[in-house]
Amino acid sequence: MVAIVDHGRPARAIHPLHAVLLAASLPLFLGGLLCDMAYSRSFEIQWSNFAAWLIAGGMVFAGFSLLWAFIDLFRAGRRRGRGLVYFVLLLITFALGLVNAFVHARDAWGIMPDGLILSAAVAVTAALATWFGFSSLRIGARMGETR
Amino acid sequence: MKRSSLLAAAGIVVLLAACDDNPSPPVYGANPPLPEQQYGLLPSMKIANPASWGDHKPTVPEGFTVTAIATDLGIPRQTLVLPNGDILVAEGRGGSAPPLRPKDFIAGIIKAKGTTPVPSGNRITLLRDADGDGRYEERTVFADHLNAPYGLAFVNGQIYVANQDALVRFPYREGQTRAEGPPEKVTDLPSYINHHWTKSLAASTDGRFLYVGIGSNSNITERGMPAEADRAMVWEIDAQTGAHRPYATGLRNPTALAVQPGTGTLWAVVNERDELGPNLVPDYLTSVREGGFYGWPYSYWGQNVDPRAQPQKPEMVAAAIKPDYSLGSHVAALGVAFSSPVMGERFAEGVFVGEHGSWNRSVPSGYKVIFVPFRDGAPSGSPVEVVTGFMGEDGKTYGRPVGVTVDPKGALIVADDLSNTVWRVAVTDRSPSAQAPADMGSTTTDGNGSSN
Repeated sequence: MVAIVDHGRPARAIHPLHAVLLAASLPLFLGGLLCDMAYSRSFEIQWSNFAAWLIAGGMVFAGFSLLWAFIDLFRAGRRRGRGLVYFVLLLITFALGLVNAFVHARDAWGIMPDGLILSAAVAVTAALATWFGFSSLRIGARMGETR
Repeated sequence: MKRSSLLAAAGIVVLLAACDDNPSPPVYGANPPLPEQQYGLLPSMKIANPASWGDHKPTVPEGFTVTAIATDLGIPRQTLVLPNGDILVAEGRGGSAPPLRPKDFIAGIIKAKGTTPVPSGNRITLLRDADGDGRYEERTVFADHLNAPYGLAFVNGQIYVANQDALVRFPYREGQTRAEGPPEKVTDLPSYINHHWTKSLAASTDGRFLYVGIGSNSNITERGMPAEADRAMVWEIDAQTGAHRPYATGLRNPTALAVQPGTGTLWAVVNERDELGPNLVPDYLTSVREGGFYGWPYSYWGQNVDPRAQPQKPEMVAAAIKPDYSLGSHVAALGVAFSSPVMGERFAEGVFVGEHGSWNRSVPSGYKVIFVPFRDGAPSGSPVEVVTGFMGEDGKTYGRPVGVTVDPKGALIVADDLSNTVWRVAVTDRSPSAQAPADMGSTTTDGNGSSN
């Protein structure tokens, strides 16, 4: 999957490490949502503990993905396009996730219903960000060109 | 640039969460105003900033002097005055509640900054003033290798100690400075998790029963309802057999108990739930009715439902008793003692209350010892500040009061678990004119509507 873009550098798919960071956050946020749903139906507190950890884990990976996406924006020069959409989606995911993490620091049913709504929103934005992250091409490194 | 605006946005979130709606001073009395519940993004925290007393001392009213009668203790909590005037000090730190959520790790680190770093004493120290000059020159370890001892009581020749996991007793001969051996166990106490580990203690006047206050295993059931079995209640324990039954329930954290002289009624100070805002929920002083239910976790101050406890139990909410007297939200009352006329005319009838002080309020509350006057056996009127100056104007915290005990010789004994000191506030002048301490009337609910 090589396409010629300006500067003569080849475009390539997402960096493997970036891919791992990005791919990891979605199942964690999705797990958080499922745990919140389980807690809202059962009142079983352990589900909300699981949700809090899954969301915290999702935030770690989403945070590093966001940093990477931010750096990529500058490397992309004038041709940002989908990269910018990806970055904005990740930014929204991170912001909502941060609020959600604080909401999940409340005790017992105090996380409801805000936590469930936010978990659903974060899962959706994380899915969209992942979609755009994996479907957009990036500018290849100069090193690859010289080889 | 986007990154920095994100950081700015996160900063604003933090700032917003830190801004309370102007917390009012603690509100006292039988009918405190109860504002709307607030669910912030972050609990507003203001942790005590510990500093050494140096040459400072707590401030006491005119007609009293204050002296440190023991320092460098291993976290003094509650004290007991024996018939010969010797003072026992229970020292220790308990609790083994594991952090469950990301929040618990972070909050644990932050809250530890406001407490003493010294290790738990796990012992009872005896202080003696043989010549009666007010200086306690003799100090011995009465008993050690205890498990976070807290509540103390002396009745029928026995010293009862409420460890965090068991009620035990030592036989006592007058003048003894050291227990003769390991204690005898009266009964085990609920100790699973021990989120609120302190076991407060009082004995009935005839010594037949002991009352032990057992705190809840969570703020508001966030460790699950099964963890709350035998929690948030006062047990009545038969001194002979160790048989026990719940005497009163729904008391979130009954941190100190006292039996009223004359009537024999049991009284408690109770620490209420957090994270509903700076002015909820008031900690309180109340007489404890046999068989009574006081609301936790389903409701507070009578029928005010706490939606965080699910599933709700409307029949329990309906049965909840309204406590007698609000001490103000988050003051963390940890000591209570009935006064007597030896404390001077102004303090002749009522209770002293030791307030450890808040951690989750932007304007700290507590950090002092107050006196709640009684009339006809019940709280009446505004509290009076007795021992203050634990938190300085500069925000530095020199001490945090815990247990209070009235010495029949005419003094108030105050345990301070931040500076690891026991203070003795002695009466020097009993005439009423000499005792004109600051009245806290402006913050009572009697007859004024200033509230928020």
